[in-house]
Amino acid sequence: MIKFNQVYKRYPGGHEALKNLSFDIAEGEMVYLTGHSGAGKSTLLKLIAAIERPTSGSVLVKGQNIRSIKPAAIPQLRRNLGLIFQDHKLLFDRSAFDNVMLPLQICGFDPRESAKRVRAALDKVGLLEREKANPIALSGGEQQRLCIARAIVNRPTMLLADEPTGNLDSEYANEIMNIFKSFHQVGVTLLVSTHDENILRQFPARALHLNKGELQA
Amino acid sequence: MKTLLEHLRVLRHTLQRLLLTPNATLLNILIIGIALSLPVGGYVLLKSVQLLGAQISGTPQISVFLATGTSDGDIERIGDKLKQHAAIQRIEFVPRALALKKLQQSSGLSDVIGGLSQNPLPDAFIIYPKDDSVAALEALRDELNAWQHFEHVQLDSAWIHKLEALLNFGRTAVAILAALLSFALIAITFNTIRLQILTRREEIEVSKLIGATDAFIRRPFLYFGLTQGLLGGIAAWLLVAASLQLLNYQVGALAQLYASNFSLQHLSAGDSLTLLGFSAYLGWLGAWFSVSQHLWQIEPR
Repeated sequence: MIKFNQVYKRYPGGHEALKNLSFDIAEGEMVYLTGHSGAGKSTLLKLIAAIERPTSGSVLVKGQNIRSIKPAAIPQLRRNLGLIFQDHKLLFDRSAFDNVMLPLQICGFDPRESAKRVRAALDKVGLLEREKANPIALSGGEQQRLCIARAIVNRPTMLLADEPTGNLDSEYANEIMNIFKSFHQVGVTLLVSTHDENILRQFPARALHLNKGELQA
Repeated sequence: MKTLLEHLRVLRHTLQRLLLTPNATLLNILIIGIALSLPVGGYVLLKSVQLLGAQISGTPQISVFLATGTSDGDIERIGDKLKQHAAIQRIEFVPRALALKKLQQSSGLSDVIGGLSQNPLPDAFIIYPKDDSVAALEALRDELNAWQHFEHVQLDSAWIHKLEALLNFGRTAVAILAALLSFALIAITFNTIRLQILTRREEIEVSKLIGATDAFIRRPFLYFGLTQGLLGGIAAWLLVAASLQLLNYQVGALAQLYASNFSLQHLSAGDSLTLLGFSAYLGWLGAWFSVSQHLWQIEPR
């Protein structure tokens, strides 16, 4: 599913965010990405979603090399990924329902079919009753769940989550992790970055530990 | 079907967005409408004047007045010679008696003319040339001037060419005005879309992250430019139509004094469609420039 081979990421100015990364993530696997802030977790996720490109080495996502991917092929790549952001990136000019609708509009889904899917996704994260609310009126945990609903409405085979529980207390964090666990059980590949020790203990899985851009065993 | 639904959805959102800020929308449409109505109004006026010119004298002609005392035999010979002339399409002979009668009927001078003891008018030929360009007409006039028995050769329609030259001048002026104001329309749309892109920066960024193609992101802005241009075109059409309506009251009164039924022509259906199509296209173009200028700057980080 995902294959990193001797990947380096250097930013202009000489800062080396990632150094010599090589690892595989198999289809249907759940993997944690751990490390301190600044260790390169976000950069690694950005490489997978083709938001950044590696300086050297190869990043294969479903057989496609991100280093040489054509700009026109990037939208299709991202449609197969569900992206979940620490800062949610929700749009406050529309309802919760319309936020979740956006990926389906982008893919050109039939509107009636879309509405069903949106409600199913909202139901999955427990926000069906809040569909008309503006995201700004939702709590932090609810906003994170809404972000998840938007990421899964397209039924992607892979979810990438960048610190999804970063700003949440442990009760909300467990809720979010339970949702992830249920996706994992139906075969979705998951890559979750976190530095929350409680979560790692309660929901054990393989972890890739980054330290100053290098992978540690 | 899927794409059609998508386009309809974008169109609906565009109209909603226009209605969301009614004052700004109205102002933009009015500015575009006024800018477009100037050259369109000029075009309409020119067209009416041209039509008036054509009504008064369809084809240019040359009148030849014969010297008094030219014999009937000479007249016949001259007529045959004119008929055989390569540059002349046809001729018309107007005997002096007929000319007097016509004058009496048409000019309302019957009392004056009735008081004349003898007919002061000469016999005349009216010549319709094959080529009605100014150069050909003048060459023919100069040639005929040298003929025997010709007292006076007059190019009747020289003024129509002067009018034509004047109209050409007017057309060029209108074309320049149209070109300049088209740029203004493009600039107005460019700026409107630029502001929209800035205010919707977040939405564009998120859409790109979720896998929106450039075409998907561009589409609502292009639709907005197109719709705004089209509405501006409609405003221009209404402004021109209303102005013509007002002017025609005055023109009608003026024309009546000259016993004419002249009135300013409204835009034809074809011209109207051209106006609307052109304004919509310019709006689209302005949006396109703006989008290609600003959209690439917004990349998710």
